[in-house]
Order: sequence, then C-alpha cells, then structure tokens
Amino acid sequence: MILATVAFYVFATGLIAAALLVVSARNPVHSVLYLILAFFNAAALFVLLGAEFLAMVLVVVYVGAVAVLFLFVVMMLDIDFAELRQGFMQYAPMGVIIAIVFLFELAAVGGAWVLTPAITAVENPTPAGITNTEALGHILYTKYVLVFQAAGMVLLVAMIGAIVLTLRHREGVKRQSASVQIGRKRSEAVELRKVRPGEGL
Amino acid sequence: MTEWFKGINDALLDFYWPNAFWLDIVGMSAMMLLFIVVLLLMIAFMLLFDRKVWAAVMLRRGPNVVGPYGLLQSFADLLKFVFKEVVIPSGANKGVFLLAPLVSTTLALGAWAVVPVADRWVFADINVGVLYIFAISSLGVYGIIMGGWASNSKYPFLGSLRSAAQMVSYEVSIGFVVITVLLTAGSLNLSKIVDAQAGGMHHWYLFSHLLPMAVVFFISALAETNRPPFDLPEAESELVAGFMVEYSSTPYLLFMLSEYVAIVLMCAMMTIMFLGGWHAPIEVAPFTWVPGVLWFIIKIWVIFFLFAMVKAIVPRYRYDQLMRIGWKFFLPISMFWVVATAGYLIAFDKLPG
Repeated sequence: MILATVAFYVFATGLIAAALLVVSARNPVHSVLYLILAFFNAAALFVLLGAEFLAMVLVVVYVGAVAVLFLFVVMMLDIDFAELRQGFMQYAPMGVIIAIVFLFELAAVGGAWVLTPAITAVENPTPAGITNTEALGHILYTKYVLVFQAAGMVLLVAMIGAIVLTLRHREGVKRQSASVQIGRKRSEAVELRKVRPGEGL
Repeated sequence: MTEWFKGINDALLDFYWPNAFWLDIVGMSAMMLLFIVVLLLMIAFMLLFDRKVWAAVMLRRGPNVVGPYGLLQSFADLLKFVFKEVVIPSGANKGVFLLAPLVSTTLALGAWAVVPVADRWVFADINVGVLYIFAISSLGVYGIIMGGWASNSKYPFLGSLRSAAQMVSYEVSIGFVVITVLLTAGSLNLSKIVDAQAGGMHHWYLFSHLLPMAVVFFISALAETNRPPFDLPEAESELVAGFMVEYSSTPYLLFMLSEYVAIVLMCAMMTIMFLGGWHAPIEVAPFTWVPGVLWFIIKIWVIFFLFAMVKAIVPRYRYDQLMRIGWKFFLPISMFWVVATAGYLIAFDKLPG
C-alpha cells in the first residue's frame, strides 16, 4: 500500500505543479504542454482510484484529440502576449470570487464525504467480480441510458452547429471528383491518330 | 507449445509473479530491460529486412557491405548517428526541441507494457489493454508536433501540422475497428482477445465477419504510423524531411527509432486482434511444438513484410486524397460495421460473456 500512497503524492504534486505552470508559463505553447501534463497526471490519479476506463478515456479524448487541436490553435496564433498581459490584474477580483466559490464547493463535497457514512459506502466504485469497464457499461446503458443518449444528442447538435456556422459555399472553386477521375475511360481521354511524315495533324 | 516448454514457462512465472511486486523492482527492471533490448535488436534486423524488401522490388541488392549479407548495416547506421554532432538551430526552442524525440520514443516503448507476447508473458495484464494502447498511440502525435514547432522553421511546422491532422483522422477509424473486435471478443484485455481466437486458424478474427475491419485497420495503421503511402508529414518531395528537417544525430535517431517501434507495435496489434496472437495456426503436433512467443514473432514479421511491400509498390497519396479516404470511406464503413457486428452477434446469439 505504501507504493500506492507514494504514487498518489507524486501524481498529485505533479498535477498541481503542472496546473500552476499552465497559468504562469510565459510561452503559451509551453502552457498547453503543461496542461497536457496535468491531464496525464489526472489520468494517473484515476487509475489509482480504480477508475481505469475513465483514465484511459481521459487520455484518449482530452490529451489525444482535444489538446492536439488546442495546441494547433495556440501555435498558429500570432499574438503579442506582453500586450495581452497588460490588463491582466483588472480581472483579479472576478478570479478571486470564482476561486472562493470553487473552494466552498470543494469543502462542501469533502465535508459531505467525511461526514456522511452512506457516501463512503461506495468508496470502491467497481463491484466485485466484474471489471471497471463492465460496471460502467451496466450503469450507463440501463439506469442512465436516457441521460447518456441526451448527452450524445447535445454533442451532435453542437457539432452540426459548428459546421453550420463555418460552412460557406464559394463560387468558382475548381473541385475534383474522384469517381469521375476513376470512371474515365481510355477511349474518352486518348485518341490515336496516324500522322504522316511532313503533314502534322 | 511443447509440454516441457509449458512446464518451464509456468514454473518460472509461478516463481516470478507473486514475488514481483515492488519488493522485486530490480528483477522487474531487469526483465523490462531485457524485453527492450530484444525488441530493439529485432527492430534493427527489421529495418534491414525493410530495405532488403524494397531493394528486391526495385531489382537492387540493398545493403550488402557491412557484415555478411549486410546483416550489420543497422548497427553501422546506429554508430554513425550516435557519433555525429547534435545540431540545435539557434532559433529553436531548445527544451522542447530536445524533449520531442524523447517523448516519441518513451511513448512508443511504453505501449509495449501491455502487449502479451505469449501466454502470460506480459508486464501489465490490465483490463483496459486495448484502450491503453489506443491512448498511448494517440499521444505519439505530441512528439511530432513538438518537434515541428520547436524547430522554428517552416517545413518542419508544415510537416507536424499535417501529421497531427492525419493521426487524429485515422485514430477515429482505428477506434471503431477496435470496438468491433472487442464486441466479438467480449473483453478489453489483450490476453483475453487472443484467447478468444484459440483453436486454429478458422477461429482467427481475420477469417470471420471482421475481415473488412482487418483491412481497414491495416491501412489506418499505415496512416497512423506515417508509413508510405501516407508519409505526408515527411514527404521529401514537398517538405524536405517534414518535422525531422532540423534534427541530426541522436535526436534524429530517436525519432526514427520511435517510428519503427510504433510500426512494430501496430504489427503486434494486428497479430493480437486478427491473427490469434501466440496461438499456432493449426493446432496439431508439429505446429504446437513451437513456443507461443515464436509464433507471435513470426506473425509480426509477416505483417511487417506487408508494410514493407506497401512502401515498395504504392505511390504516395496526395493530402486531400488521404483525408478523403479517412473521413469519407473508412469512417462510414467502420461505423456501419460496428452496428452490423453488434446486430450479427445478437441475432445469432454469439455475444460473449
């Protein structure tokens, strides 16, 4: 058990350090890289909790896809970050308020977890005999199937919305049609002519 | 597997595994080191095999000077890389520039932790093995993006952008292929997926309703590992060498190495998911005498031969064609096949577990 405790402190420290570096790094690309490190540490914490499926999905979805696009955008941006930091402090009051709200919520969750024995009963999320993935599947596709499907619909709507907002049909753009290219026959493309010497076509 | 081999195998594992946990970190590290050394040695010869196959297709001889039949060519290349000077461009972001090849190599090698090379021969027999490999191989793109960006140069950056878009696109179809396999096998554990295909060739997923998915997986694996005909990130006719333009010496070697480790990993995944892993193709006497690990290696080499042949005979795709295949063909086909597989399994009452 000592190893698990050591691992927890290593990953938790790593997570907080990476999170701090995200907001304090001067180079925005470095910030995103630290954000990825933070995701990775969070995934490791999930593994320690026994939520292995969640850990892998966090890495696949957030690190493997979302953060890649994020990194893309940040690399392409050409912003003077010294200028951007000029009015940095004017947002400080708002930030402090949000931080206080978060702290209060965290305290409420932690307090409930400590004080209510009924919640600690589900300390081990995976019932005996089946794997974590199976347990999640059993719950998601039976008890919470409606919520699960609704979440899928929300994502679908968001996706279609993004496409509708950005799609525009430009006039006069030459496009290729692969099926036309492949379906082209020799007789339509090449013609054999007998050319007599000195006459040309 | 012969009886004596199975006996020794089980005795060794029974002795080893219960004592393995963290009390025996030294032993575990030694095993890992041994595994990595064997893997890298195999890759050294695979590289040579790769070049020999292209040479044969082009009616050349290939490397044939260093050692008999050129067998030591890869080691000569290794020494040449290592003894060169590491050049870091003055405009480069030094830390990220040097971190990128390390990230690539570490991730590529890390994925092998869950690969079962024979019965119980696996470092971490975790329940979500397939997802782990999927997660790690989706992280592989970071090495390339970081390398391309940190070089602070146009061609590497273009190469890394291409690579990111390409790998994210083809991961989607790989994900759906994996789903069909795990629906059929009923587990995310790689050892259990292999065991679901035990009992000879006709149980392999390659020769079942998953055959089209094996083809999709193979082609997606080519794209995911930036192999020709999908090697757009390092297309030498357009981008000099893509994200590797500014790299030299050992960092370049590490990029190259991670690429090959990832390729062999994809071959291993193909073996595990479609070719029955360490099981013999025909479960009768002369075939079952061969140890499982040898079957695994033989299958990896067969798939690798296909990888090499594709590089030798297929011309490079244009970028829009690459995206078109990924999003307009593989994605719909594999999505349909997930639904079809689920329907088939339920209709014929073949759902596992």
